[in-house]
Amino acid sequence: MDKSQIIETLQMIEEEKLDIRTITLGISLLDCADENGVRARQKIYEKISRVAEKLVATGDAIENEFGIPIVNKRVSVTPISLVAGASRDNDYFAFAQTLDRAAKTVGVDFIGGFSALVQKGYSRGDAILIDSIPQALAETDIVCASVNIASTRAGINMDAVRHMGQIIKATANKTADRHGFGCAKLVVFANAVEDNPFMAGAFHGVGEADCVINVGVSGPGVVQRAIEKLPDASFDVIAETIKKTAFKITRMGQLVGKEASERLGVPFGIVDLSLAPTPAVGDSVAHILERLGLDNVGTHGTTAALALLNDAVKKGGIMACNHVGGLSGAFIPVSEDAEMIAAVNAGKLNLAKLEAMTAICSVGLDMIAVPGDTSAETIAAIIADEAAIGVINGKTTAVRIIPASGMKIGDTVEFGGLLGSAPIMAVETGSSSRFIARGGRIPAPIHSFRN
Amino acid sequence: MKAIVTVIGKDRVGIIAGVSQELARLNINILDVSQTIMNDYFTMIMMCDIGKTRESFNAIQENLNRTGETLGVKITIQREDIFTAMHKL
Repeated sequence: MDKSQIIETLQMIEEEKLDIRTITLGISLLDCADENGVRARQKIYEKISRVAEKLVATGDAIENEFGIPIVNKRVSVTPISLVAGASRDNDYFAFAQTLDRAAKTVGVDFIGGFSALVQKGYSRGDAILIDSIPQALAETDIVCASVNIASTRAGINMDAVRHMGQIIKATANKTADRHGFGCAKLVVFANAVEDNPFMAGAFHGVGEADCVINVGVSGPGVVQRAIEKLPDASFDVIAETIKKTAFKITRMGQLVGKEASERLGVPFGIVDLSLAPTPAVGDSVAHILERLGLDNVGTHGTTAALALLNDAVKKGGIMACNHVGGLSGAFIPVSEDAEMIAAVNAGKLNLAKLEAMTAICSVGLDMIAVPGDTSAETIAAIIADEAAIGVINGKTTAVRIIPASGMKIGDTVEFGGLLGSAPIMAVETGSSSRFIARGGRIPAPIHSFRN
Repeated sequence: MKAIVTVIGKDRVGIIAGVSQELARLNINILDVSQTIMNDYFTMIMMCDIGKTRESFNAIQENLNRTGETLGVKITIQREDIFTAMHKL
């Protein structure tokens, strides 16, 4: 029994807010497809409520026995466009309702997979699903939607980019009474991954097993505390320290995932190595960057600091678990990170710098609130820029942007809980509408001449 | 199965006695103990064998919670695996 090690672990959990952010049970719904929509939805409800029946109780038991908080239990499913596409329905809102009902029956916090993959083109089901998103997000509570509009192999589907600009606006309008809250449950991806345990972008890829357990860890506070002890150390020492800390954090994810997998009799998929912040004090990724010697996140040096952090977390985490996957990188959601919010409020962090930061870490422009009168074309152009970064660099990028209805720069939109609060950020005023109106596809990039 | 019991709280007479008695009542064997006083705060870490108790993990924790309330200390029990997973390869 090594007392110092026991105390270190307890401190991480008690003081530095180490937790398992999510246990996500991925469930394939491919076997629920049916030409009759009602029957398909019955099968979906039956499968989710059967397979995920013990997920929450198992998560709670593990939390209790190991003494480590498991913040969320979630379910991700096969992109619904693929399942519902077999039906003759012309609207998939009822599928979202079924997901919502099934998720509430099993007691999970979120269900992801009201999704479509359209990086190269639309099938009939994809088009119907995307058009159903605004109502689905406005009238269900815990369903999350995502659409993949680009990939390194297919390029950027600019028709889908334009469409998603309109869908985001429509979703904001349908949830105008909550300042566009519906958009907080909608992610537009480039190079989406099939085993992401994090919301709102989780779905269960078609290459996955029937059911699988994926785990997302958290722990910015632990990394921050470790760096605080090294105010003058060189980057060699900092990188080594982050690696060791990430290893310890990730081992918790591996342990919890393995245990959940054994108890539920479901294969263990991956641990997602992302550092996920929360709005709570001391649980901030931006704070880590500031501890590296920056006055505030957003100033010169931020991108380099984030690159170091992101890479060291992966290097430390990879050895700690059997399989790594998901998004695996530091998250930089504005509304969910107290120091990011502070930097935006102080006028020291803007969209341009955030975009640069997304080029070297997961996952993109995340939880950004912009003025409610931002046009669909401007939002589409923001999506196109992010997709370009992802497609050219062969990485996942995403946009989760909220045109906050009725709000302007200087206002703050409150989402509550893990989603936090977002100060309204300025967008460029020059119009991108002629660019977006072109449509078609931006071709996939060449992979030699990498400059 | 081994578990780590942690006891933290303001020092007073009878904490070790009270905790050990409750563990004995639950048929939990104490394998190792480490205890100090830091700034008047009593801190104790015990390694225990919970393989012979008939109580469920939840029930053990609930019983220890009650003991903790009586003694004015916080008692937690965690499976040892979490510590070995983090610190040992």
